[in-house]
Amino acid sequence: MLILIAVLTLSFIAGSFGLILGYAAIRFKVEGNPIVDQIDAILPQTQCGQCGFAGCRPYAEAISKEEAPINQCPPGGESTIVALADLLDVEILELNEENGAHSEIPLVAIIDEMNCIGCTLCIQACPVDAILGSAKHMHTIIEDECTGCELCLPPCPVDCIDMVPIKQTLADWKWPAPETLSGNQHA
Amino acid sequence: MPNSVYSFHGGLHLDDHKSESLTQPLQIASFADELILKVSQHIGEPNTPVVTIGDRVKRGQLLAESSALVSAPVHAPTSGTIKAIENRSIAHASGQKAECFIIVPDGKDEAIDVEIRSAESTALDKAALLDQIRSAGIVGLGGAVFPTAAKLTTANQHGIKTLIINGAECEPYITCDDLLMQNYASIIFKGISYLQAILQPEKTIIGIEDNKPAAIKAMQQALTESSLSNITVTSIPTLYPSGGEKQLIKLLTGFEVHSSQLSFEIGILCQNVGTCAAISQAIDKSRPLTSRVVTVTGPGIKNPGNWFTPLGTPVSHLINLAGGYTIEKPKLIMGGPMMGLTLKSDQIPVVKATNTILVMDQQEQEIAQECIRCGRCTEVCPVQLLPQQLYWYSRTHQFNLTESYHLFDCIECGCCSAVCPSHIPLVQYYRFAKGEIWDQRRKTYKSDRSRKRHEFRDARVAKQKLLDEEKRKLKREALAKKKAAELAAKEKTEAESSNSQNADAVQAALERVKARKKAQQVDPKNTTDLTTDQQDQIDEADARREKNKVDDA
Repeated sequence: MLILIAVLTLSFIAGSFGLILGYAAIRFKVEGNPIVDQIDAILPQTQCGQCGFAGCRPYAEAISKEEAPINQCPPGGESTIVALADLLDVEILELNEENGAHSEIPLVAIIDEMNCIGCTLCIQACPVDAILGSAKHMHTIIEDECTGCELCLPPCPVDCIDMVPIKQTLADWKWPAPETLSGNQHA
Repeated sequence: MPNSVYSFHGGLHLDDHKSESLTQPLQIASFADELILKVSQHIGEPNTPVVTIGDRVKRGQLLAESSALVSAPVHAPTSGTIKAIENRSIAHASGQKAECFIIVPDGKDEAIDVEIRSAESTALDKAALLDQIRSAGIVGLGGAVFPTAAKLTTANQHGIKTLIINGAECEPYITCDDLLMQNYASIIFKGISYLQAILQPEKTIIGIEDNKPAAIKAMQQALTESSLSNITVTSIPTLYPSGGEKQLIKLLTGFEVHSSQLSFEIGILCQNVGTCAAISQAIDKSRPLTSRVVTVTGPGIKNPGNWFTPLGTPVSHLINLAGGYTIEKPKLIMGGPMMGLTLKSDQIPVVKATNTILVMDQQEQEIAQECIRCGRCTEVCPVQLLPQQLYWYSRTHQFNLTESYHLFDCIECGCCSAVCPSHIPLVQYYRFAKGEIWDQRRKTYKSDRSRKRHEFRDARVAKQKLLDEEKRKLKREALAKKKAAELAAKEKTEAESSNSQNADAVQAALERVKARKKAQQVDPKNTTDLTTDQQDQIDEADARREKNKVDDA
């Protein structure tokens, strides 16, 4: 008798938890994969495709499915790799050189407006709509919106686009790290 | 007299070195051969020049402005010619250059024509006062150079109960506010009266450190002479950094401005005495902010003193006025020894923020040792932060942790660095960490924007593709319909033509059958050679048939 009560009680508890869990699974269902958003937030959003994917989000999706390693983002460089490793609790890797080299100085594209023939090919290539112009009219780049992805370089038939470093202004100047006794020690 | 004085945490008793520059009375500096006037001299949106190279300008003429709310225009300090508008070295830690007007004074010092308000004219309303303050280019002269009109406008929206006038001047060596109070107390009170008119505070407290007895006396004298009410002049103990906004508020009111809070959120507003004087000049004399009192002092200068200095005066000119250097390798600091900025040359101009030019001896910088965790930095921190923790996290680049330890509440007063027995440049670490965090925020902002733009573009391209597909589909369908219709029409005509052929064939066949039938036709012979009987029977049957037919009908 005692055993029966115990079994029934446990079954009841298990059953009710099952119902609660079942309800919660439907009620609080998460659409999509939230880890993708977190990875995407770390990636620099240059949309350059140097990682081999068609933009930052596809790469984030691939990372989340463990289909791609975390070291394929040259614009992000070391800091992005460290942040990704921290988020995903994986080992920090060296940047894969096959994907490209990391440049500490951010670059923007500049159109040599004298030579632009107005072919619109770069406009179609720009992943962030940072190029302004129309057919047979001069194009120009909205520097503030340019991510420096270099995707506009190959389609240009007259090679009139240059990558130049962003000029540092007083507004974005920052204090350098003080020199310490034993050099800068990273954690 | 003074209302009870509260205290703030930490702070340092420093050698004040104020007497050196107080030996001479306040003087008026002559114009340098060339004034280097920075185009933007405030915190906020940058100015754009409104004059061009070669223009002749008069004192008080507008040279650069911005339409943004948080901005302050710049005016010509004297009459002369704009020789150039170019990038010159300025007082900035980066050593970078910034856009400056180069003005060659003509020596006439002509002023633009202005309407000077007579004392009898009706009092200006709040908006008019604020407008005057804004167009005069007045910024906080305590060092923050935040546009005063913008500050007052925001503060007014919150409602100010207590107005605090900052005459603490807590940093060693600096005496510009001291001399201003000693000599121009009535002008300062005039400025305070305008601030009171704008803010309608319940009370006004003027805080002055007790190492300036002459200034306190002068201010009290002026107070009794003025008709202003609800004002107290309070002497506060000399303790660095009592002149910090939040520290002074704590000292005078006992209220603490919390982390990430602004003083006017608790109904308190601080203004520097220099700013008050500038407000009075702007409203009573319609004179924009084109000069300020600058202390030139330090062990490396011959005759330390204070000068009314036109903005844009190169530091070298002030040094000459003060008798020149007395040491071989002077170290120039703009500001005080605790928070000042080391200048790379003496060709750097005076700006609205310049309160002091300090000439120090080049000292061997102490070599930083490892932190011994003595905790003295924590004891002196006036903001009650944990400087040691902030140091570790800044050094190991754990910036998110520095933020959770309230790095941004650090006022960079330098107390922690001053007491550190290991000579660790703590403030440098905090500045570095702040810069990195700001940089990270800028990057996040940009990448968020890029993400949005990319997603928008993707969506637009996808939509276009869908629309194109739809269009193609419709066109395909229309084409298919057209083809089908054509086909149907063709088939119909074909069918028609084939129908007439068929009819002929049928006719022919029928005729053939007829002919064949005709050919095959044999007359029946059972009705010939009939007997009468037979004939009768036939007739009878015919009659019956006939009758039946009739009956049927």
